[in-house]
Amino acid sequence: MTQSLVQWLQDEAPRSRKQAALGNLFRAMRAVVTNPAALTGLIIVTLLILVAILASLLARGISPLSQDLVNRLAAPSAEHWFGTDELGRDIYARTLFGAKVTLTIVMLVSVVVAPIGLAVGTLAGYLGGWVDAMLMRITDIFLAFPRLVLALAFAAALGPGIENAVIAISLTTWPPYARIARAETITIAKSEFIQAVVLQGASTWRILFKHIVPLCLSSVIVRLTLDMAGIILTAAGLGFLGLGAQPPTPEWGAMVSAGRNVILDQWWVATIPGIAIFIVSLGFNLLGDGLRDVFDPKAER
Amino acid sequence: MSETLLSVRNLSVAYPGRSGVTHALRNASFTLGRERLGIVGESGSGKTTAGRAILGLIPKPGIVMADELSFAGEPLLNRSESDWRKLRGRRMSMIMQDPKYSLNPVQRIGQQISETCRLHLGSTRKDAEQRSLAMLEAVKIRDPELVYNQYPHQLSGGMGQRAMIAMMLVAEPDLLIADEPTSALDVTVQNDVLRILDDLVTERGMGLIFISHNLTIVSSFCDRVLIMYGGKIMEECAADDLKKARHPYTRALVAAAPSLDEPRAELATVVRDPAWLA
Amino acid sequence: MAGMIDVNDLHVTFQNGGKPVRAVQGVSFSVGDGESFGIVGESGSGKSTVLKAIAGLIPSESAGLLVNGKPVSARRAKEDRRQLQFVFQDPYASLHPRQTVDDVLREPLIIHGIGERDEKIVGAIAEVGLSPQHRFRYPHQLSGGQRQRVAIARALILRPPILLLDEPTSALDVSVQAEILNLISRLRKSHRLTIILVSHDLGVVAHLCSRIAIMQLGRLVEIVEANSLRTGQVRQDYTRRLIAASRGFTRMTG
Repeated sequence: MTQSLVQWLQDEAPRSRKQAALGNLFRAMRAVVTNPAALTGLIIVTLLILVAILASLLARGISPLSQDLVNRLAAPSAEHWFGTDELGRDIYARTLFGAKVTLTIVMLVSVVVAPIGLAVGTLAGYLGGWVDAMLMRITDIFLAFPRLVLALAFAAALGPGIENAVIAISLTTWPPYARIARAETITIAKSEFIQAVVLQGASTWRILFKHIVPLCLSSVIVRLTLDMAGIILTAAGLGFLGLGAQPPTPEWGAMVSAGRNVILDQWWVATIPGIAIFIVSLGFNLLGDGLRDVFDPKAER
Repeated sequence: MSETLLSVRNLSVAYPGRSGVTHALRNASFTLGRERLGIVGESGSGKTTAGRAILGLIPKPGIVMADELSFAGEPLLNRSESDWRKLRGRRMSMIMQDPKYSLNPVQRIGQQISETCRLHLGSTRKDAEQRSLAMLEAVKIRDPELVYNQYPHQLSGGMGQRAMIAMMLVAEPDLLIADEPTSALDVTVQNDVLRILDDLVTERGMGLIFISHNLTIVSSFCDRVLIMYGGKIMEECAADDLKKARHPYTRALVAAAPSLDEPRAELATVVRDPAWLA
Repeated sequence: MAGMIDVNDLHVTFQNGGKPVRAVQGVSFSVGDGESFGIVGESGSGKSTVLKAIAGLIPSESAGLLVNGKPVSARRAKEDRRQLQFVFQDPYASLHPRQTVDDVLREPLIIHGIGERDEKIVGAIAEVGLSPQHRFRYPHQLSGGQRQRVAIARALILRPPILLLDEPTSALDVSVQAEILNLISRLRKSHRLTIILVSHDLGVVAHLCSRIAIMQLGRLVEIVEANSLRTGQVRQDYTRRLIAASRGFTRMTG
């Protein structure tokens, strides 16, 4: 059964569009899975997603918010696997629920950054002329904003919170994506397969979205995955400064911040969320590197 | 013709890969005297592999095997890399298809040619410069002094290929392997470059292996021709007799090329026989 | 004879680092309905530029560029696009790397709102000598010759009366070239196509075309019949040199 499915996916002469597309997906997946770094990254990121979804289940019924002042700053034990913090909250549960917060930030930033970067970059690259000049100067302006300072300004103006942190991070993250997409679009637009669709009478929008964007997508995804570590660290940094997620939300950066006063005596309070940040960042970096190897056209054969 | 420069017996090149071994060249045997030997074939026929194997340029993990591979009586197999360096450029040279990729883009032409002189002939700086200028003149470059001081990107395709030939011949090698030396050039320039190559090879009594996909050029330029397909030599014949070739593959190739002199309503297509590779 | 393509005093100028480069200067010719016309020249002769100007891929100036009797410019209406299609030189660069043969052939049908797409795609694949199993393959799963067949099918699926070919076989092996040239001449007859073929290879052009323009350095040298090329009855010295060069290497004797 599985044997015939693999054969069906690897068929060099697919009989339908679906089979062709799935076969292509299968080849890409196999390339990711056979690349040790990418596989490690993929496992870590998948674990993050699973933990975020199943947080309440994995937390054994312990709420990340319930306080127990008698048991504050308790060392790791059978009852509190990772110990408790200064309000007696279970760090194990808070770390699990922190994955939810991190995943939310990661998803929100991706959803904002990739489309803006792609749209600005491909439009500038394909249309050229004054559109290009204008869009790229706007890009330069955004690129010049210092990320943390902008986040501080946002927090001051709109009040601290995850949403505002995400907006601040996104606004300073998209410009490099626009640049990548623009550079790729300029090369792609000159190619003969784009000239062929021009000659068929396709509209500019159709050429952009159906023919150019799909080709820019892979490098944007790779870049986004590689940037994810930085985004998570920035979000954690904002949390640490008190400008990201607000208490009592279990956010890893804020948790590290809370633990820093007691780091010498109760090391687990700051260390456990720190390790979580480290592992997830590493996971995204490994996955990004692996995806780059997989998508690299030079390696394609 | 009397003296055998290169002797090749059962030369094979294989590349081990994930999905089995690829045989790029299988049991090729031929000899070369001080003459012009052509190797023709389509892409994947192994013609370039043959040239590279003779010069010890098969990249890892490729495996080269032969019953005999000798140059001027000396065996070439299993030589050390430093041995090869002494041999290549001094006694045997290679001209590639596109001079753009074979010349160093950030070094002046003259520098590159005199470097070869000093390295292989141990010439002094002065002597090397004189030899280089003379060589540039020999490849019919009108203003050798100017070209001597130019960078590769300042030269046209034809000029670049002449400079390349000058660089490869300045050490006066005994054997020259030219891999599609004129394919990147315009037809009218092609003939000029071929003429220069022909004169130099004849004058200096070199052996030349001329690798090309172009039957017309090979048959008009060379003395003998090897026809390759799928890593094997199909046939060897005198260049003048290519039209009377016996092997079905050679005959099909000749008939498949549209010719100015023999108009055909329909071009012959090559029907490949698996038995050819058996 | 009604001209299918009329080119009058065509000029193309590129800007290269602020300096104008006159790629095509004052080229005029006319191609009749159903005729196959060839343009030969060496690199830099402007032969491909002429073809791209006719297709409207690059801006040009002229005293009149008529396609099927209708004046056209670089900005063309969708309907005008159906008059002519193009086959490019490099079969490896002319197909979208993430689209299957089916996607490539479906695209023009969608753009022009043409129905019965599956039937037309199956028909087009068969017409260029590919088998049904090639339909859902990606370009990297096809050989150079097969890709060029797909490019030809893409050009013909809109049933244009005119086909422009820019060195369609120069990236292919001799044996594959023969197959593609045979395919082009077969389709030319069955579709009653008007063809302009650009090549550097006199043999290829003389094989496929009845009238041939020789270009050098952006100018038209002369227009000759294919037979005159064979017999050497040409007026210009440059043409004679091209013919001599295409016959191969001539050793000076004595």
